[in-house]
Amino acid sequence: MLQAVFLTAVVAFLLYLVDTVVWNLERLGIPTGFDYLDQPAGFAIPDSDFHSSQSLWDALKVGIANTVKVSVLGIVLATVLGVLIGVARLSTNWLVRRSAALYVETFRNIPVLVIILFWYLGVVIRLPPIGEAVDVPGLGIVSNRGIVVPWFDKVGGATAFGAIAAVGLLAAAAVWIWRTRRYDRTGEPHRRVLWAGGVLLGILAVGFFATGAPWTVETPERGERSTTGGFRLSPEYVALLIALALYTASHIAEIVRGSILAVPRGQSEAANAVGLSGFQRMWHVVLPQAFRISVPPVSNQYLNLMKNSSLGVAISYYEITKITRVSISQQAPAVQAILLLMVLYLAFSLLIALVTNVVNRRLTLKGRR
Amino acid sequence: MATRIDTLEPVPLPEPERSPDRRLSPREWMRKNLFGSVLDSILTVVFAAFLTWAAYRILKFVFVDARWEIVERNLTTLMVGSFPRGELWRVWTALFILAASLGFGAGALALRRRREVAEGRAAPAPRSLALRRVAPLVVLVAVLLWFAGSFEALGLVVAIALTCVGFNLLGRRTPLRLDRFVPLLVLAGTLVAFLVIVAFGGVPWTNWGGFMLTIFLAVGGIALSFPIGILLALGRRSSLPAVRIVCTGYIEIFRGVPLITVLFMGAFMIGFLLPEGVERPDPIVRALIAFVLFTSAYVAEVVRGGLQSVPAGQIEAAQALGLSPFRTTRVVVLPQALRSVIPGLVGQFISLFKDTSLVFVIGLAELLTIAENLTKQPDFIAQGLIVETLLFASFIYWTGSYWMSRESQRLERRLGLGER
Repeated sequence: MLQAVFLTAVVAFLLYLVDTVVWNLERLGIPTGFDYLDQPAGFAIPDSDFHSSQSLWDALKVGIANTVKVSVLGIVLATVLGVLIGVARLSTNWLVRRSAALYVETFRNIPVLVIILFWYLGVVIRLPPIGEAVDVPGLGIVSNRGIVVPWFDKVGGATAFGAIAAVGLLAAAAVWIWRTRRYDRTGEPHRRVLWAGGVLLGILAVGFFATGAPWTVETPERGERSTTGGFRLSPEYVALLIALALYTASHIAEIVRGSILAVPRGQSEAANAVGLSGFQRMWHVVLPQAFRISVPPVSNQYLNLMKNSSLGVAISYYEITKITRVSISQQAPAVQAILLLMVLYLAFSLLIALVTNVVNRRLTLKGRR
Repeated sequence: MATRIDTLEPVPLPEPERSPDRRLSPREWMRKNLFGSVLDSILTVVFAAFLTWAAYRILKFVFVDARWEIVERNLTTLMVGSFPRGELWRVWTALFILAASLGFGAGALALRRRREVAEGRAAPAPRSLALRRVAPLVVLVAVLLWFAGSFEALGLVVAIALTCVGFNLLGRRTPLRLDRFVPLLVLAGTLVAFLVIVAFGGVPWTNWGGFMLTIFLAVGGIALSFPIGILLALGRRSSLPAVRIVCTGYIEIFRGVPLITVLFMGAFMIGFLLPEGVERPDPIVRALIAFVLFTSAYVAEVVRGGLQSVPAGQIEAAQALGLSPFRTTRVVVLPQALRSVIPGLVGQFISLFKDTSLVFVIGLAELLTIAENLTKQPDFIAQGLIVETLLFASFIYWTGSYWMSRESQRLERRLGLGER
């Protein structure tokens, strides 16, 4: 009975909201559906092939790609940095330990938006102009127009190479399974990473030359007003990526530190007792167990990083939030645009949660659910 | 075998290990902590070199190269935005009242703890110097005063600090029978401080700005989110599926989206949700609504953790005594749950304090927005002073949240939450 009343109240409230919104939209002559997505966007997106006569939906797709680009690379960088700093916080070396603590305390207590603005307004766009760009041979060209890194240049025969690469992957997987089975049967060290990786690399190398070297690495050249060749990372992308990685790494470091401390002392003592070296103890005994503990909180940080990438809007990095913001100012209906934006983020959240849940389930010790 | 044991020489006990906190001589200490092995020595040298270089660069910037004039001349704007300068006395008065009531509350709390310790109901607090605890705040105020460079401000701040200390001492003498009114007193003091600014021909809070707005949004946001969060948490654990589903849905949706989308919702959508004739609320109100919608979902999860930590036996005991479900929750479950939730709430408050900077994106005159806008003033435009203003803003955010997180860790240790 109580439930029925509650549910009726909630449904009535939601219906009332929807009704008011529709009524308001109609009163103001704003379309109520999602048809607006097919209309031309009316704005261009820097650093992409998108032009203003393409539809808003296409613009959102560019935004999705940009969000994914900054989130995925950000997650990788933040994890590497976070693990390094987390381990450093437990170093026996006083200086290393204190430096890591200083890093963590600094970045954890400053709003991420301030860090983003600092990197963008304070560092990246104040780099020298292209005419005086810093050219690091073989690594890239750094200027206030972004960072240009060497990139692969397609010459031809790429399809054939793709097919060979696929074969290589299959072969590597087969070798992996074979080594695992053999290890299960005989107990001989499996060394499957070495074996599978070797097979894959070998096949790729053979394929590369057999198809007549379909890729070459192209180093960018600096001109007077622009650079040619290479792959350009826009200043906005660089600033957002660095800021998100630095900020999230400070949080991941704390999790890593906590997880290592949570591994029972007896484990390290046992490792010492069987005569493992410091590195072996860390690598084979402590870190694998700490990793298991840290998966749920770290995945939470991955979600946060993805959500914080929405702050790209503050420095005009064209991810989905910025594109929604621009489209609203270009007369797209605000209600639908924002709801769609939220749905997109929920989908991203769900995706990351799904992946990390699968990892977590595979790692959980049997009988410890 | 057993008989022969008696004949054995007594095994000498191993030398008692030296207690680890025995003072090492500087030489020993360096050997142990800096140059333990070859790798350690290399790391030490590399880190020392890098840190020296970084410290040199930073100190040189802060004390030599930086042009702090932009902050010095705009300090009032950074603190209170476009708050009418003729009404600033209201802010000072409010600070006096706040210092008095918070100092009194802290004193009364310390007294209560002492009583609990004396009765053996609580563990004694870890000893720490009061000055050490407020050190970050002292540094913050000192830097602000240095930028202000006025004896008037210095005098006022000293007077405020003395008021706080005085009322703290007063609070430590609260008679036992008045103890229960202390929270009410503190609340009343806070309200009066608020009213001094907004009421009696004062400045409506829609005209606030700067750091004052930061604090207002954070405090207002958490205060309003708290009751909603409790309701949501109770709803999520309700035995009624409909209530559970609705509350879970709300919590998970708002936890799954970035705060900025909720702020956009407040900025661009609220107008469409109101029936005709209702005025669109002020931008600050809309931002506050967004913060509350967002934060209450997180507060709900914190409170849920607290609810789960209450042993089932407590609820069963309450039921056995014949308490109604409502009274069971109010008298037995919530008091125990909320006590263990305090550090989590402080954590949420720190997040909110940092997240208020996001109103930059919707253009409210909060601390960060002002810091960025200052570089567009005619006197300072295009001189690359953004580093100075951003450093100043980060310093304020940093000291604030560092101080709060340290206090929250202290609280956590005292409540013994980490050890359960």
